[in-house]
Amino acid sequence: MKTNLRTEDLTCPSCIKKIETGISKKDGVSKVDVKFNLNKVTVEHDDRVTGEDIKSTIEQLGYPVKSVKTSS
Amino acid sequence: MALWFNKHLNKLMFTSGALIVIGLIFMYFGYSSIRDLTFIMATLIGIGPIIQRAWSALTVKSFSIELLITIAVIGALFIQEYTEGAIVTFLFLFGAYLEKRTLAKTRNSIQSLLDMAPNVAKVMRGGEIVEVDIDDVEVGETVLVHPGGKIPVDGTIIKGKAQINESAISGESVLQNKTLEDEVYSGSIIDTGYIELKATKVGEDTTFSKIIELVEEASEQKSSTEKFLNRFAQYYTPAIVVLSLLVGLLTRDVHLAITFLVIACPGALIIGAPVAYVAGIGNSAKNGVLIKGGDIVDRFAKIDTVIFDKTGTLTQGRPSVTNIKIYNDMTEDEILALSASLEQVSEHHLGRTIIKEADDRKLTEQYVEVTDAEAIKARGVAGTVGDDKYFIGNKKLIDEENITISDDILNYYIKEQKEGQTAMFIAKNKDIIGLISIMDKIKSDAHAAVKNLRANGAKKLVMLTGDNYYAAEKVSNILGLDEFHAELLPAEKMAYIENEQTNNRKVMMVGDGINDAPALALSEVGVAMGHGGTDIAMETADVVLMSDKLSKLTLGYNMSKSTFNVMLQNTAIALITVILLLFGVIYGYIHLASGMLIHQASVLAVIVNAMRLLPMKTKDKNKEKVAHKEAPVQ
Repeated sequence: MKTNLRTEDLTCPSCIKKIETGISKKDGVSKVDVKFNLNKVTVEHDDRVTGEDIKSTIEQLGYPVKSVKTSS
Repeated sequence: MALWFNKHLNKLMFTSGALIVIGLIFMYFGYSSIRDLTFIMATLIGIGPIIQRAWSALTVKSFSIELLITIAVIGALFIQEYTEGAIVTFLFLFGAYLEKRTLAKTRNSIQSLLDMAPNVAKVMRGGEIVEVDIDDVEVGETVLVHPGGKIPVDGTIIKGKAQINESAISGESVLQNKTLEDEVYSGSIIDTGYIELKATKVGEDTTFSKIIELVEEASEQKSSTEKFLNRFAQYYTPAIVVLSLLVGLLTRDVHLAITFLVIACPGALIIGAPVAYVAGIGNSAKNGVLIKGGDIVDRFAKIDTVIFDKTGTLTQGRPSVTNIKIYNDMTEDEILALSASLEQVSEHHLGRTIIKEADDRKLTEQYVEVTDAEAIKARGVAGTVGDDKYFIGNKKLIDEENITISDDILNYYIKEQKEGQTAMFIAKNKDIIGLISIMDKIKSDAHAAVKNLRANGAKKLVMLTGDNYYAAEKVSNILGLDEFHAELLPAEKMAYIENEQTNNRKVMMVGDGINDAPALALSEVGVAMGHGGTDIAMETADVVLMSDKLSKLTLGYNMSKSTFNVMLQNTAIALITVILLLFGVIYGYIHLASGMLIHQASVLAVIVNAMRLLPMKTKDKNKEKVAHKEAPVQ
């Protein structure tokens, strides 16, 4: 599965590392790609995690998520 | 908690700022104890979100700038530097706030391109119109688009007609008239009219999706300068932190030590280059020029030699009939109808051009019946009408058929060839009855593009073509190119580029991207041009022009140059700031608050500098107008 999330503007490149490590630690996540300039996070994962799980992780790290779209 | 801080971030920042102002007013009237109190409150209110971010970064084992600030502020409170603590806290939040707002502007062009993506489609299913998500549309389905609506998929019109804005694809906002059997692209908007289309490409396969994917990749692609700066920052931050620890331990001067922490933030270093690239690449993409990443911007900006393919690049790639000369008593239409009848067997583009001209003149009803028609490879065609044998073709064909060419006709033929026309003989039995001249017109904006490229630093402009010498010479002369080489094979084009490269020239090759693919790959910058762009072109080329206008090439070239310059300036600003801060702290000119101020100012300076890359479009429009006026006449 693939989930695309749009976040509010990411300002510091250190956010990238934070979000990447934060999400990839979750079970079932195989790939995380943070697109800094686009405020976009793309996650490849299986059904052990949902788009909402990922959304809440990112928000816990302090970055509000504007939209979530999961496709199989 | 994190969300709460985020939601109220601005309120916290403004409260903190207001408290600082109140504190300063009290200080002015001599109440320093109240001042201290308001400053402590300002610090405590502002530091919350900073501590939270520092902590969340620590939980993923990341060492953040917020952590440095937190330590510095706590240190300031500890040594009772309340003013400095409050100001550092406020400046950090305020800087981040301004950074976010300005950064959003530099990303605007990319964002607005992404926003052009359609979401829903009206599809005909089981005789009913249903609205579905764009991802659920299948190839072959009938899709309906109303005025003002976005075309959701690539497809062919099967009903209706419309004026369509294709700016999402080509960067051109001139409305296109499209009707039955025309191709339309996802992301375009119907201005007036109504169409039904048959979906040919859906979801991620549409041209628009591919453009978005390319732009997304390009905006994240790190150039070598960026990589260098990131590496530098990677060492810079920990080095300064270690330095501050050493200074603290050796001098026991906590104030000096925490000042080092504040200036350890690499700010402008990390953000300076990417903002320039994202603004430049985004703005170009919006105008129909896809530049695949920061490295390409750098290379594009340094180009000094431009090599053009001829057909379809400098010329329209659509040859048309320009002259018809008749040596018997037939009319133009009669001879054209006769030629078109004979050319039916031909697959050659010259033959097709004659048929197209006859069709345009609506001569289909005057076509004659041809027997024994045959296409003679690299010569022309032959066929019989009634009792007469006809030939249409080049001089080789005429010579081989032993047909005599009078001096009069030969002179006319040479004259036409020298003007860059391709002249074809029409012979009836043993007599020449006419000549049809065909020419591929030079693009109307080619002249302006050549001028513009030269004015902006291109030193050598060359045309390489597989076409005949005269046709090439004509185009080269009209455009005032430095060199041209005709009748070349693809391998010879490659050899030419290699030779230029060994002479240390930075070569850009501009072609249609199909048969030029190897040459595009070989040059420093390969530019593919063509409406909508083909898949191969989009893959091999470094720069893709989404319409076949040469003005896009100059736009991309100029944009790359500006972007490259802004990137250099930003790098300079960042490095100079770092050096100034470092020495300023060591020699005692810079303290906590002033260090923070300079640091934040440098971050804003690089972002604002990058914003200069955004409004270039209006300038180019003026140039395009000039280009039309100068269009060479054929």
